[in-house]
Amino acid sequence: MSAPLRAVLWRILQTVPVVFGVVVISFVLTRALPGDPAVYFAGAMADEQSIEEVRVALGLDQPLWRQFFLYAGDLLQGDLGNSISTGQPVLTDLAMRLPASLELTLTALLLACAIAIPLGVLAAVRQGSWVDHLCRVLVTAGVSLPTFFTGILLIYIFYYLLGIAPSPLGRLDFIYFEPPRVTGFYLIDSLLDGDPETFFAALRQLILPATTLALFTLAPIARMTRASMLTALSSDYIRTARAAGLSGAMVLFGYAFRNALLPVVTTLGMVFSFVLGANVLVEKVFAWPGIGSYAVEALVVSDYAAIQGFVLAMALLFVFLNLVIDLSYTLIDPRIRFAAK
Amino acid sequence: MTTATPTSVSTQGGLWAHLVYVLRDNPVTLLSFGLFAFFVGSALFGPYLVPYDPLTTNAAQALQPPSFSHWFGTDNLGRDVFSRVIVATRLDLSISIAAVALSFVIGSVLGAIAGYWGGWLDAVLNRVFDTIMAFPLFVLAMGIVAALGNTIENIVYATAIINIPFYARLVRAEVNIRRESGFALAARLSGNSHWRVLAFHIFPNALPPMMVQVSLNLGWAILNAAGLSFIGLGVRPPEPEWGIMVAQGADFVVSGHWWVALFPGLWLMLAVFTFNLMGDGLRDIVDPRRRT
Amino acid sequence: MMLSIKDLAVGFRTRRGEVQAVRGISLELAKGETLGIVGESGSGKSVTSFALMRILDAGGSITAGEVTYSGIDLRRASERDMRTIRGREISMIFQNPRAALNPIRKVGHQIEDVLRQHARATRGDAREKAIQALRDVRINDPEARYHAYPFELSGGMCQRIVIALALACDPRLLIADEPTTGLDITTQKAVMDLSQELIRERGMASILITHDLGLAAQYCDRLAVMKDGEIVETGPAEAVFANPQHTYTCRLVEATPRPDASVRSLLPADRRPPELEYTPSDQPLLEVRDLRKTFAGKAGPVRAVKGISFTVNQGQSVGLVGESGCGKSTTSSMLVRLLDPTEGQILYQGNDLAQIPAEQFGKHPLRGDIQLVFQDATDSLNPRHNAGDCIAEPLRRLAGLRGKALRARVEELAELTGLPANLLSRFPHQLSGGQKARVGIARAIALDPKFLILDEPTAALDVSIQAVILNLLADLRARLGMSYLFVSHDLNVVRLLCDEVIVMQDGEIVEAGPAAQVMTAPAHPYTRALLSAAPRPPERVLETEPLAEVQSAL
Repeated sequence: MSAPLRAVLWRILQTVPVVFGVVVISFVLTRALPGDPAVYFAGAMADEQSIEEVRVALGLDQPLWRQFFLYAGDLLQGDLGNSISTGQPVLTDLAMRLPASLELTLTALLLACAIAIPLGVLAAVRQGSWVDHLCRVLVTAGVSLPTFFTGILLIYIFYYLLGIAPSPLGRLDFIYFEPPRVTGFYLIDSLLDGDPETFFAALRQLILPATTLALFTLAPIARMTRASMLTALSSDYIRTARAAGLSGAMVLFGYAFRNALLPVVTTLGMVFSFVLGANVLVEKVFAWPGIGSYAVEALVVSDYAAIQGFVLAMALLFVFLNLVIDLSYTLIDPRIRFAAK
Repeated sequence: MTTATPTSVSTQGGLWAHLVYVLRDNPVTLLSFGLFAFFVGSALFGPYLVPYDPLTTNAAQALQPPSFSHWFGTDNLGRDVFSRVIVATRLDLSISIAAVALSFVIGSVLGAIAGYWGGWLDAVLNRVFDTIMAFPLFVLAMGIVAALGNTIENIVYATAIINIPFYARLVRAEVNIRRESGFALAARLSGNSHWRVLAFHIFPNALPPMMVQVSLNLGWAILNAAGLSFIGLGVRPPEPEWGIMVAQGADFVVSGHWWVALFPGLWLMLAVFTFNLMGDGLRDIVDPRRRT
Repeated sequence: MMLSIKDLAVGFRTRRGEVQAVRGISLELAKGETLGIVGESGSGKSVTSFALMRILDAGGSITAGEVTYSGIDLRRASERDMRTIRGREISMIFQNPRAALNPIRKVGHQIEDVLRQHARATRGDAREKAIQALRDVRINDPEARYHAYPFELSGGMCQRIVIALALACDPRLLIADEPTTGLDITTQKAVMDLSQELIRERGMASILITHDLGLAAQYCDRLAVMKDGEIVETGPAEAVFANPQHTYTCRLVEATPRPDASVRSLLPADRRPPELEYTPSDQPLLEVRDLRKTFAGKAGPVRAVKGISFTVNQGQSVGLVGESGCGKSTTSSMLVRLLDPTEGQILYQGNDLAQIPAEQFGKHPLRGDIQLVFQDATDSLNPRHNAGDCIAEPLRRLAGLRGKALRARVEELAELTGLPANLLSRFPHQLSGGQKARVGIARAIALDPKFLILDEPTAALDVSIQAVILNLLADLRARLGMSYLFVSHDLNVVRLLCDEVIVMQDGEIVEAGPAAQVMTAPAHPYTRALLSAAPRPPERVLETEPLAEVQSAL
């Protein structure tokens, strides 16, 4: 078996204990805490009898280890319980609302990378110039800004004062119909449907929330890019490359940038963690119908199954994202490929 | 002619002089420490000095823009926004400091042990931290607070739990680097047990990089607590807290009443900003290499 | 003249103002000539070469003077012209070869990059030409090596690749900046011989920058000696080495360890106190029997030490010599009881120290008898403790001294090791290399050890400071009656201080015996290889009167 393939399989295998750990924590949060979980799951309105029914249905009268297997078994079948407010299985609710969150998050990330990485590179190459100072200001401001506050600020400026942004009430103005659902991403689906008007309407609604999220994400990416670019540029091998007369572009992009990208890719994992969390806040501010706002609504009505289902789903999504990041790192960095045994 | 005593590391005078030097050397540090002093002052004395009672409502004065009598305007229940913002400092600061202190202590101890001795303990701890960090952290905090109950203490615990892996990993890496260094081995040759080497020789040297992390975490803990309050966890109305004030004010931004949400948000931002700037200053104070 | 440097001055803009690294030097290099620029750290030798290649760090610039290469004004040439010159006319190789190569790019591709940059190859034939470049530096199986990454190759192989990179476009001038630092002696010789061969073959000129005067004298036609940004002496290599004119050169030459020297002769002529007598007895102090150490490695057990036995008598100095990976560091770790042996005995005054686990030895009454002086003094001092605290630590922990008694003893040790008492309150980053070495030694002898292991104690020091420290060690030995185990890769240094020599290779002792005998008539082929690999500078002529000069403090 070739070394790269072995490294990839090994990394995938390492996900298993992590997923197991996630399930354990999720189990602890939902079943094993002091107090009577049945009350949580039955809801605030339930009477004695419904609480007892819920208790039996969830197996809460069984010994703990038995409960764990029941819980894990339920998960494998996709059973995350039922939402009190919608009455639907939590999994269905989440599946329906996930594309909205993904569309927002991915757009924001793309936007953030497109700005932050060139900014970081430029700041490193032109150390001490205005670009460098701009980068540093953006980074410091970016990590200090509360996401929800930025969102509100942007709404005030662009919607209330300047009137150029649409009303922050979700993914699409109510005069438009949703495009037929293929991926769940309005931008893609409207294009597939050949409906440019809907496409632009969806895009307009997306801009402000995506920008809010992107501003938050910019900071760590720009900081890491600048730092790792600086490290790369002052390395011995860059000195060799310069002394050998390689052109500026070759040295910068061929040699320095590729090496600098490695720590940035590693940082992306951390950034994803923040973004998925900030997602919740942005969705609330902009009334974006994703899984974040689903969870916030669930919190208000103490819809316990929905909240914990959301936590678990987010965790699994995050594990998957980290796996993708690690795999791309393994493929980019030859040292990891060969070191994996 | 007698010479300086070789036995004391630094006298009281030495540390103070170094503190003054650090403050003078970097104006940013001075600014950040000044701001920090302001916030601590607000937290300690604010409630006694603010012009209005943060909890008293006054429907007649609802949603007034900023003026001389109400510097930050009033909210939808007629409460003075300025008083509420200042009084909120105490709650926000205590939550973040408590959470960071907890995670710092626990994380450092665990990380130091894992970094020095390795072995199965390191493997187990690694697994635990990996699992915690497998969750998007804010989401995990949501889950923990929802499970434990919607109280302020639980916000502190949740924030502490999600921060522990950072410290543990950082300390572990720093201890690991220094474990086989000359001075650690020399300390063992001088008769120090492993515990003494770890506690008195290696760990103090890991402090400077940790100071930066501590300050970043303080800022992040405030944001975390405010975020949780924003979505309805932790602090309940009418308790003044920056996050919940922004949440309440958000409803009124679309109708143009910007001050209700802006000022608490601005204060929040300023506090986080202060902590971020303090990081480098704290590190310089603790790092002997900056002494001249 | 191929290269002509006139009154070159280079400065750096730092926070504290402008720092002059080079203060007006003039050099000439003819076609096909090899010039050695020799100096200690801070002399400005590397900065000179960086300046003429125009690859100074940001903040550095040529502030005065002229640099002309084959009629081209290098100082005023445009960046584009410089890029054409770099790699094609003038090439440079640096120290630390593995770090000098792009870690995530195949070495073959890196050579191709250079070839294509200078239009010496097209995309079609670049690969062939890269393989040829590898073959030129005598690499076996160049087709396979083409696909290798730097981390897969040894240090010596990496240096060959770097040389291949530098010579790929057939430059006329090669600058080598400390190319052998960090390499084993045998690898060092291989690299130097290879470069010399290639340079002669192609009729190139070359500049060798080094701190090792002996190395420069052996491989160069002419030498220029630099100190504090100025050239103090130039001339034909043999003449400069055998018959130095300037005081500083004299000092450097004298401080360079060589076969016929004694410890005292390393010092400048006017600073040689009488040599102190010391008499090794024939009573054994420490006896090592069949010592073994096996580590659990990723690819199976690694046998670092495979059963060695030797004896160190009271008052005797034994040298332990070998290249990296031979097991000498592992051996000294075991002897000083930081590491537990897998098998074997360490007999000291009738006790088998190997039986006492390393964990518990810290509190053992014999802890103070066996101590270690570390290789890297900077790394061995706690950055948060001042010099006095560092020396006081063993006294506090093991001798239980406090207060006045402690202070007195620390001051006594400072005086013994020549450390001025006012430096005791300084932190390590405020001390020079030599001062830090003294602190390390003072700490090691604080408890009056009978057996002192010295792990390459002068490897990181400039040669003139090394001379002083070696003399200090010799004096301490005579005054305090300690036995030494002197671990080193530098045979010349070992010869100066040791009565007996042990040569290790691959975890085993291949030869042992009186120093004089092993050094002059080695029995084992490996010892012979080590001896022949050591740089052999020309013989010194009778000392002439040096010019008077104010000596600077070390």
